[in-house]
Amino acid sequence: MKINFTLNSQNVSIEIEPNLRLLDLLRDRFNLTGTKEGCSIGECGACTVIMNSKAVNSCLILAGQCNGAEIITIEGMESDGKLHPLQENFLKSGAIQCGFCTPGMIMSAYALLIEKKNPTDEEIKEAIAGNLCRCTGYKQIIDAVSQSAKEIKINT
Amino acid sequence: MKKQQLHNNFNVVGKPAIRQDGYSKVTGKAKYADDYRFDGELYGVMIRTKASHALIKKIDYSELNENRFIKAIITADDIPGSKKVGPIKQDQPIFCADKIVTPGDVVAMLVGEDVKELRKLTELVKIDLEELPVLDDPQKALENDSILIHPDFKTNLITHYPLRKGNVEKGFKQCDEIIEQTYTTQLIEHAYIEPECVTAIPGEGNLKVKIIGSIQNPFTTRKVVASVLGYGLNEVEIIQAELGGSFGGKDDTMNILSARAAIAALKLNRPVKIKYEREESIIESYKRHPYILKYKVGFNKDGKLKAMKIDLLADGGAYSSMSSFVTWRSVVQATGPYEIKNVHTDVRVVYTNNPYTGAMRGFGSPQPIFAIESLMDEIAVKVSKTPFEIRKLNGFKQGSLTASGQKLTGHEVTLHKVLKKAVEVSSFDSKWNDYKKASGKKEGAKQSYINDSLILNKNDFINPDQFWRKGIGLALSYRGCSLGAEGIDAAASYVSIQPDGTVYLLSGLAENGQGMKTTFSIIAAEIFGISPDKIVYLEQNTSRIPDSGPTVASRATLMGGGATKNACEELKKRLIKLLVTIWKLKSGKDLVFVNNEIILRSKKSKRIEFGELIKQAYQQGINLATVGWYAGPKVHWEEETGHGSAYFTYVYGCQVAEVTVNIGTGEVYVNNIWAVHDAGKVINILGAEGQVYGGLTQGAGYALWEKISTHNGKIRENNFDQFLIPTSKDIDAIHPYFIEGKEKYGAWGGKSLGEPTLELTAAAIANAICIATGQRFYNLPINIEEMLLRRKLYPESLTRGSTS
Repeated sequence: MKINFTLNSQNVSIEIEPNLRLLDLLRDRFNLTGTKEGCSIGECGACTVIMNSKAVNSCLILAGQCNGAEIITIEGMESDGKLHPLQENFLKSGAIQCGFCTPGMIMSAYALLIEKKNPTDEEIKEAIAGNLCRCTGYKQIIDAVSQSAKEIKINT
Repeated sequence: MKKQQLHNNFNVVGKPAIRQDGYSKVTGKAKYADDYRFDGELYGVMIRTKASHALIKKIDYSELNENRFIKAIITADDIPGSKKVGPIKQDQPIFCADKIVTPGDVVAMLVGEDVKELRKLTELVKIDLEELPVLDDPQKALENDSILIHPDFKTNLITHYPLRKGNVEKGFKQCDEIIEQTYTTQLIEHAYIEPECVTAIPGEGNLKVKIIGSIQNPFTTRKVVASVLGYGLNEVEIIQAELGGSFGGKDDTMNILSARAAIAALKLNRPVKIKYEREESIIESYKRHPYILKYKVGFNKDGKLKAMKIDLLADGGAYSSMSSFVTWRSVVQATGPYEIKNVHTDVRVVYTNNPYTGAMRGFGSPQPIFAIESLMDEIAVKVSKTPFEIRKLNGFKQGSLTASGQKLTGHEVTLHKVLKKAVEVSSFDSKWNDYKKASGKKEGAKQSYINDSLILNKNDFINPDQFWRKGIGLALSYRGCSLGAEGIDAAASYVSIQPDGTVYLLSGLAENGQGMKTTFSIIAAEIFGISPDKIVYLEQNTSRIPDSGPTVASRATLMGGGATKNACEELKKRLIKLLVTIWKLKSGKDLVFVNNEIILRSKKSKRIEFGELIKQAYQQGINLATVGWYAGPKVHWEEETGHGSAYFTYVYGCQVAEVTVNIGTGEVYVNNIWAVHDAGKVINILGAEGQVYGGLTQGAGYALWEKISTHNGKIRENNFDQFLIPTSKDIDAIHPYFIEGKEKYGAWGGKSLGEPTLELTAAAIANAICIATGQRFYNLPINIEEMLLRRKLYPESLTRGSTS
């Protein structure tokens, strides 16, 4: 089957098998390997991408469901060579260790910031509760998201 | 919370720095093992049996004959060199040929282009097995009539470490009080978020094979692959892909996967990739040892410890892996950081048919620390002292003798400093008194332990809100740094200054996510007086840098930091010599490298840019590249008596946990953890704080939720829907504090932090739960069932959740 959708602000069109997962479509067909596979059952959140402004586990979404959708992956976060405030603040806060959860974590945080301008720490924790991180203990990630929300508010 | 400021005379050290690998990791550009693609690559898929212990009678592949999806079936017959491997005993087969000893065992690998089809085809392999009785209880492993996991060894005992100090029986006779207690800790999984992945690529020219993968210890992998293939070490090249978490876990398993991929790649002359799904990662990879810990302690009315008898039994599972090193750390540290005249310790680790156990962050320390720190609180109750007082009375001081008879000197013994600081910043004593009273127990420091159940009677109405109790607990430890008497301890670091003043850096240790590249860059930047972003850290490749041993034992900062500092100082010496000539100075002692310049301190107008000096050095033909080397001093250990200078230096830590417990429902919330660590000089502050946050969070998971349970050796929890690790919502606040004790080793005395942060947390939480509930729990994890029923509940069936 053929699907058309928006991928990181580009219109794309591709022939796919009906049982293809969105995760495999991104990694294998578009070579967007920033989206990671950790558990394949929607528990770890490493494969999180944005689908129509919501964070989704791309291992649980069929590629066919993306027809007409808008998909954003970690590769779409940097614009004109400039990092998104979330990316900047992950760097500054020390929110990264092994980095395997980082893309998914940033996408979940991005979905939160689309929805809420002033998230509380509790709302940030809730937004990333589906993204497992074994390295950081989450603290510096929460700081990074909180700081990003403040900066985005000032700049918009 | 206000951040702690580290006071120092450094320009870069101890200040926040952006990670070397940060940009690539926040943009998704970082390449992990599965992000590499090679032309013509094939995939390998494993064939396992359903047995835990069985003889292989026959394997029938006939249904796969002529199958178009299969390029090769790789078995033990394809191995040109060593068929079994292992870091200490070579007891683990690359492919099982005649016997299965644990459910993770692999008999063969199907290789082909379509991984999904290969997975389906595994069902068509017919394996004729003769099932053997299963040994799943380590307590039965040493019985005379026990079945043997590896009959060749004639025993299931992997290692026994005795330690004898003084006369323990005499000691007990002289004591006012004796407590005997048994504790248990559980099997757990590392739960790195990236499952194992590796690709082997046939080499060119004299290089026989190149391997790129999620590998924690590239030099160990090289050794194993070379031995399996029968090649020289220089014919095998290992490249570490960006590593998605390891915590000790991507060692043995990855060595074996790398060897399997290499065998297939060379047989078919094409790249072969193995990528594990989470379920097979959990089934096959090794885990943290479960322990049964029996303690008998004698002490006087004033609380002074007199004698301690310790009997530890660890389940090594089906293969020995690192068991002998893991349990050696246990024998060294089993008494905790306390002075005791008479000690009698036996640590044994045995084979069973359970999943095998090996290195995991903590490495034989979280288990005895849970026991000894629980015990110290019990002793405190008996002698009407606070947890602080009992530890203050018995804790190591400068010059104390450890259980192995090692005198603690040559570094600052900061045990009392970390203890005092932790108690102060957490307001421990007042909270401890308040919470203890509130939990409805007796007056004063005396506390009794009720052993009746918390379960309500049938007719009681449960209003959970009336059952909330607060608790606070502390735990204290000392920890030997680096490998100790386990083995040779040395590391290399390569530094090369380019003609424009930028720098290449590479150490023989590996970046496992902990931030080592950044730490070493900070060290180099400090010495050259340049910004860390002028340094490019090179790809980790075994062909480019000397073997520096494994990146384990929280040794990277200490050993690799020392090597990096040595390399940079050697080059700096050459630059100073040149500048002394150019400026016609008597000596270089007044030259300061700072802010990208070299300044003559006595005459501030005399200065030169770093890049300019480098240009002149190149024009003079001066060599600005070197390999720095750092070797630890000699340590020794007597196996028969457990005497010796186990480690050349130690670190000290204290953690306080504050929890809220619902004694009606068994829920536990971790409100605060204060962590005070002496890791020596803190070089990479963001990284150090990250180690504390992450280590404590793993420790809390160990305390409260994480458990791999087995049934006849088979794992029940094989994905994250059942093996529960902490999420962002599980721990409230973590407060890191650093005490920088004086230390002569490493870079300015930068020591160890990764494991010290983890090892204390479960013990502190357990002690806090005891204050909240008035009951002591002896078995980790203290989950809801343990809290309410004092036992663990298991599913009736193995088929649930994601198990298929």
